[in-house]
Amino acid sequence: MEVHQHPEKKHYIITDESRCKGCGLCIEFCPKDCLGYSVEINEKGWRVSKMHRMKDCIKCYMCERMCPDFAIFIGENTKEEGAKD
Amino acid sequence: MAEQSKKIDKSTIIEKPIKEFQHPQESLLRKKAIPTIYCPGCGIGTTINAFLEAISKYCQIPHDQIFVVSGIGCTGRASGYVNLDGFHAIHGRAIPFASGVEIAKPPMKPVIISGDGDLFSIGLGHFAHAARRNIDMTVICVNNAIYGLTGGQDAPTTPVGAKSRTTPYGKISFPFNLSHIAIANGATFCARYTVYEYVQLSKAIARGMNHQGFSFIEVISNCHVHFGRRNNLGDAIAMRQMFKKARKRMNEKDIGLDIHKTDIIFEAGKGFTKIPTGIFLEERDEPEEFSERIIDAYEFIK
Repeated sequence: MEVHQHPEKKHYIITDESRCKGCGLCIEFCPKDCLGYSVEINEKGWRVSKMHRMKDCIKCYMCERMCPDFAIFIGENTKEEGAKD
Repeated sequence: MAEQSKKIDKSTIIEKPIKEFQHPQESLLRKKAIPTIYCPGCGIGTTINAFLEAISKYCQIPHDQIFVVSGIGCTGRASGYVNLDGFHAIHGRAIPFASGVEIAKPPMKPVIISGDGDLFSIGLGHFAHAARRNIDMTVICVNNAIYGLTGGQDAPTTPVGAKSRTTPYGKISFPFNLSHIAIANGATFCARYTVYEYVQLSKAIARGMNHQGFSFIEVISNCHVHFGRRNNLGDAIAMRQMFKKARKRMNEKDIGLDIHKTDIIFEAGKGFTKIPTGIFLEERDEPEEFSERIIDAYEFIK
């Protein structure tokens, strides 16, 4: 599990390398080109998807929706969102 | 400058997060079975994700009333990954199992997630008769145009001209139009979406589950390992880009009486060039579903 937090919007992107199979769908369909393949391989020998440029993320949910293996998802920062309202 | 902006930025990693993050559908997944056995980039995982989002977000049916049945095939394993009640039924007989559940317990909502080979080659008769009786169930058919599990033989949905293991010079017979079969046999809700249109697919599943009666949702999926490789359509990414270009939104008014407007067009060498998607049929004044008729008949005899 690798957790990234956006510096301004405060939402999280979590990538789970034990589930990822490296199909590249999230990397291809990310509209801001934030994601990329990792340099290391995981325990099953795949090059997994990792968040490379979290500052560009716009929280469009495309990666979570495209992933067939439930390996990448968005974590909401519920406390801070409640404080804004 | 371009190379600098492409650098990997590791400053946003949080080593010790405040809480443990989970996938939004984690509580509905059977964690022992994950990761799935599917090939990397398979559309079945996306379909399961869309179904789980539909039952947790868009429709208000309680989870203990949903019943997942699946047949044999790659898609048949879907009932094993979902943490709901269900059967892994015998080959082609997913619909009779679900009919039994629905008739014995009318408040239950059976959902059948199965493939085109299971539902439309061996199970075609069961499908037609369930649609004729208007049994209250939701059928999600993942159509990848080939028999994926057994090694890429041609299925009844393989388009004309497509190459497969048993048709190496291109298929010569005509394929089924699955939505056409469902509408002709009396289904009261019919929709078709590709795996690229995730949100629309998820909302259509929720709408079909809220609908009282037989609802059919066809999902056009990618089998890049057997179908894509033999027809030079590339990997999972290339096939989903093809779906993105080929999809064409239609509704009931656009189709009218000419049901052949919903035919999928495939050209050898180019792949799918036109896939009509959308909700093709939704009957507002719903005819009585089968379990209600049975209850009425019993009361009449008494």
